[in-house]
Amino acid sequence: MSTDKTSTPLGKADPAAADDAPAPAPAAVTAVDPRLLVREQGFAGYLSEFKRKMRAGDLGSIPVVIGLIVIWAIFQGLNSNFLSAGNLSNIAVSMVATGMMAVGIIFVLLLGEIDLSVGSVSGVSGAIVAVLSVTNGINEWLAIVAAIVGGALIGVIHGFFFARIGAPAFAVTLSGLLFWQGFMLQLLGSNGTINLDSDGLVGQLTTYYFSDVAAAYGLAVVAVAAFFLSSFTDSRRREAAGVPSRPLSEIVLRTALLAVLAFAAAATFNQYKGLPLAVLLFLLVLVASDFVLRRTAYGRKVFALGGSVEASRRAGINVTAVRISVFAIAGTFAAVGGLFWASKIAAANQSAAPATC
Amino acid sequence: MSATPVLALRGVSKRFGAVQALTDVELEVHAGEVVALVGDNGAGKSTLVKTIAGVHPIDDGVIEWEGSAVQISKPHDAQNLGIATVYQDLALCDNIDVVGNLYLGRELRRRGVLDEVEMERRARELLTTLSIRIPSVRIPIASLSGGQRQTVAIARSMLGEPKLVILDEPTAALGVEQTAQVLDLVERLRDRGHAVILISHNMADVKAVADKVAVLRLGRNNGVFDVASTSQEEIISAITGATDNAVTRRAARNAEVQK
Repeated sequence: MSTDKTSTPLGKADPAAADDAPAPAPAAVTAVDPRLLVREQGFAGYLSEFKRKMRAGDLGSIPVVIGLIVIWAIFQGLNSNFLSAGNLSNIAVSMVATGMMAVGIIFVLLLGEIDLSVGSVSGVSGAIVAVLSVTNGINEWLAIVAAIVGGALIGVIHGFFFARIGAPAFAVTLSGLLFWQGFMLQLLGSNGTINLDSDGLVGQLTTYYFSDVAAAYGLAVVAVAAFFLSSFTDSRRREAAGVPSRPLSEIVLRTALLAVLAFAAAATFNQYKGLPLAVLLFLLVLVASDFVLRRTAYGRKVFALGGSVEASRRAGINVTAVRISVFAIAGTFAAVGGLFWASKIAAANQSAAPATC
Repeated sequence: MSATPVLALRGVSKRFGAVQALTDVELEVHAGEVVALVGDNGAGKSTLVKTIAGVHPIDDGVIEWEGSAVQISKPHDAQNLGIATVYQDLALCDNIDVVGNLYLGRELRRRGVLDEVEMERRARELLTTLSIRIPSVRIPIASLSGGQRQTVAIARSMLGEPKLVILDEPTAALGVEQTAQVLDLVERLRDRGHAVILISHNMADVKAVADKVAVLRLGRNNGVFDVASTSQEEIISAITGATDNAVTRRAARNAEVQK
């Protein structure tokens, strides 16, 4: 093996090596490796890059897209109502509960850890709201705040056991899963279910729609404009600083793609009842968490911990604090997801642990 | 070369439990000088470096920084003085790109948000001045070769404009070309006026870039040599203690018997 490895490059690269040997001194000015393949600018570059990746087996998100298309085709074949505006709109709203929990889990996954407890924590959150607002008649806003803070505290507890005590996250959150499920049953009492007022604050989370047509289209316009402006100003700044930037044509192309998607979605929502409040909140959460993860020092720390704990520690990152905070975020989003779930089924009951059952 | 050394160790001792890791070690490093620290495994090289870097505080002796005695009791103290350490196992995050790694833990911010543009611009500037060749500053560290990672790790240590750079076996896992690149970089550090402590097992590397060689043996000084006027054999015999081993002891005994 070792002889094989040394002999092939030698035989092949010998003339090149001889050429290279004196080269580094004069070539030292350029900081670019000659082997780097520079992608062609613009659309043609995208296409050739895409083809190359496909051939190399680097499929990226293509399998997901194909999977979605297949699923849609099958369900549309079984029931012609599947792709109707009403159904798509309903699916979008139903998605929000699990989507919120998924956002929290993403933070944990970026650390290279796992949180198995989100389902149970979301159940606890629904139970807290129901017990406080329905059974004890406390203001619904306060109940919601209590549920979310409760989720965050649960996350801190998990994080403490993981980061401070040093128990594996798998074990901590698995026991969390069991414990918080029991805690939820305890909260709900002997009936095991508490119905929520579907016109109440929690109920409105998934039932409120901005029926004005302008709302969905307005959101699409704002999103597209914000995307274009931020890409454009970023590109201008990069150009001014002399670092590689996206050409204007590429920005326009990306904006156009986003615009098509955004307006198609807006049109679909408007065909039914308008822009759902739940979807609007979910989109805001998505944008905010993406911003935190990719544009702030905190997000960089989360990524760094997922890459190498030791390197992060040597770089002066407070490993324990970041770990605990990430579990707190997961707990918070689990609680938020639990609110949407409770809103969807208009009750807090034993089934309200979607991710576990 | 300046008269006062940037860093001087005077009679430094360090003990771990029942092991006396360092005994009365002396070491001087001047600005614009590369001092190679050599010795067999377990000679105390890494321990000595860790005492300077503040990982293990010293038990006895004095550390002088630019002529005055200082306390280095934690890594932060060393960093504040201007000591940068590149450890043997590279302290880089595989999943983050070159720019992100260079600025890890000291990100530049603009209105509270990461200033990627400025970081990228400065990163390119730094890599260019160090003549480091990397495909792109925006690819993850995982896709770089071992040599390129090593150069990034060294470049990272340069960001704080340190006065002393400590390199712990920077060429241990590298190929011929990459070793040459790292050695080039060491010379560039020296030319820019940094003091460099280089730990290495590779005599060829030591002869190539170092000005002085400090030999450690069993936690004690075993001579400081001027590289230009010392043969490799002399250094190796100082490392292995060739003047005091079974062969020399037998030779000495025989000589006595013959007398």
